[in-house]
Amino acid sequence: MSTASLRPGVPNELKYTRTHEWAQLMDDGTLRIGITAHAQDLLGDMVFVELPAIGRHVAAAQECAVVESVKAASDIYSPVAGEVIAVNEALTSNPELVNKDPYGEGWLMRLKPSNGSADLNGLLTAAAYAEMIAAEAH
Amino acid sequence: MGKKTPLYDMHVAMDGKIVDFSGWDMPLHYGSQIEEHHAVRRSAGMFDVSHMTIVDLEGEKVRGFLRYLLANNVDRLKQSGKALYTCMLNERGGVIDDLIVYFMHEKWFRLVVNAATHDKDLAWLEHQVRAFQVHVTERQDLAMIAVQGPQARDAVHTVLGTAVKDALATLSPFNSRQIRDIFIARTGYTGEDGYEIILPADQAAKFWQGLHAAGVKPIGLGARDTLRLEAGMNLYGADMDENISPLECGLDWTVAWEPATRDFIGRTALETQRKNGVKHKLVGLILNDKGVLRNHQHVIIEGRVCGEITSGSFSPTLGHAIAFARVSTEGIAANAASIYNGGCEIDMRGRLVAATVVKPPFVRHGKSCLEPKN
Repeated sequence: MSTASLRPGVPNELKYTRTHEWAQLMDDGTLRIGITAHAQDLLGDMVFVELPAIGRHVAAAQECAVVESVKAASDIYSPVAGEVIAVNEALTSNPELVNKDPYGEGWLMRLKPSNGSADLNGLLTAAAYAEMIAAEAH
Repeated sequence: MGKKTPLYDMHVAMDGKIVDFSGWDMPLHYGSQIEEHHAVRRSAGMFDVSHMTIVDLEGEKVRGFLRYLLANNVDRLKQSGKALYTCMLNERGGVIDDLIVYFMHEKWFRLVVNAATHDKDLAWLEHQVRAFQVHVTERQDLAMIAVQGPQARDAVHTVLGTAVKDALATLSPFNSRQIRDIFIARTGYTGEDGYEIILPADQAAKFWQGLHAAGVKPIGLGARDTLRLEAGMNLYGADMDENISPLECGLDWTVAWEPATRDFIGRTALETQRKNGVKHKLVGLILNDKGVLRNHQHVIIEGRVCGEITSGSFSPTLGHAIAFARVSTEGIAANAASIYNGGCEIDMRGRLVAATVVKPPFVRHGKSCLEPKN
């Protein structure tokens, strides 16, 4: 995917959470979910990723996965309500994909959102997320 | 803004992620700490350890002073250049710091102590040295670089040239040599072969660049920690402190009991502990399930909390989590049969996960030390 952006590490076409997940609306109306470049940078090298069962229904902001790095275990919160329809199995043997390509090969799961694309409006835009992490740094 | 070593600009130029370490701006990693870890196990890596404190002790009575100051016995140092790992204890037998002492010559010994303990170590030295005619000099004019890994020594020889290579050919482990203004010791904190090199601060950057050109990778504090943990080496402040004696943290072997006539600080307290038995001991843990053991997680034996993890991390070499834990000797003795077969549990974020108690080290010279048991 294209990650061209005016803001390095924060692609324009994605939506973001305050807890550093991203969501991408796919052509079929499902969402692809992952963690941001900023989040993986804070956590350091990933060593384990625990993903939800396919078919699980998650609420918005509900814990749905755990990424564990050399530094810390970190809960992943679902950006919106929906059903888990796929997980990135490659992360089981190659958790470092989250570090190397957080918006591409390092995606975590696919969700079928309960309310279509409507809930995406409640998420942060790239500009708002970039502003948030810039503020955190000060 | 923290203190900076003479290599700070190198770290920034090499994309080091700079973090605060005891008041020093130090590199945590230069991209991936796991790749750095593997570089040391498989080829060669270099660490800026200039934040560590180098103290020279000089005078007629320096050996006598150290015989009294340190729990290990400097009389084991007979030949110039020989090094010794030891604890410096308080009167209660607690560890003020762990350090390496190098025997330069009869009137000159060198200590390398931790960065985090700099102030209290120097205060303790100044206090204890009063009764002896010994000069204490902190060497802030020097930098220190550790070069570790199976190819580390060859790389150092390449950079320093043939004359140095010949001079180091016969240097055995835990020995050192001063060559012109460079001090080279065959010591380290990784479980691999290599050197720790002390040199004038103004030569450090050029040497670092030379090593880099010779294929040596820069290694940050993150990998330094996982390497030492795999190698079964304690970290001051995590695995021991002023309330923990060497007998309680796996450092019994560093206490020189003989000769019984040698009086050293903490001896009386240690002898009492030795006689009555210690309440805690340090053990190794391995986790075969997913997850990473973390400092302060509780160790549970037969449903009871029997201790806690003092150093926990992911072992890149083994591919699963490992740890040191301080556990009650009572808990271990009562359940010895079960715990060595996986019968202990760790409270990991509210979930109980089975772990196995092992004797460190976990890894030496690139290879697992645990395999014969599996």
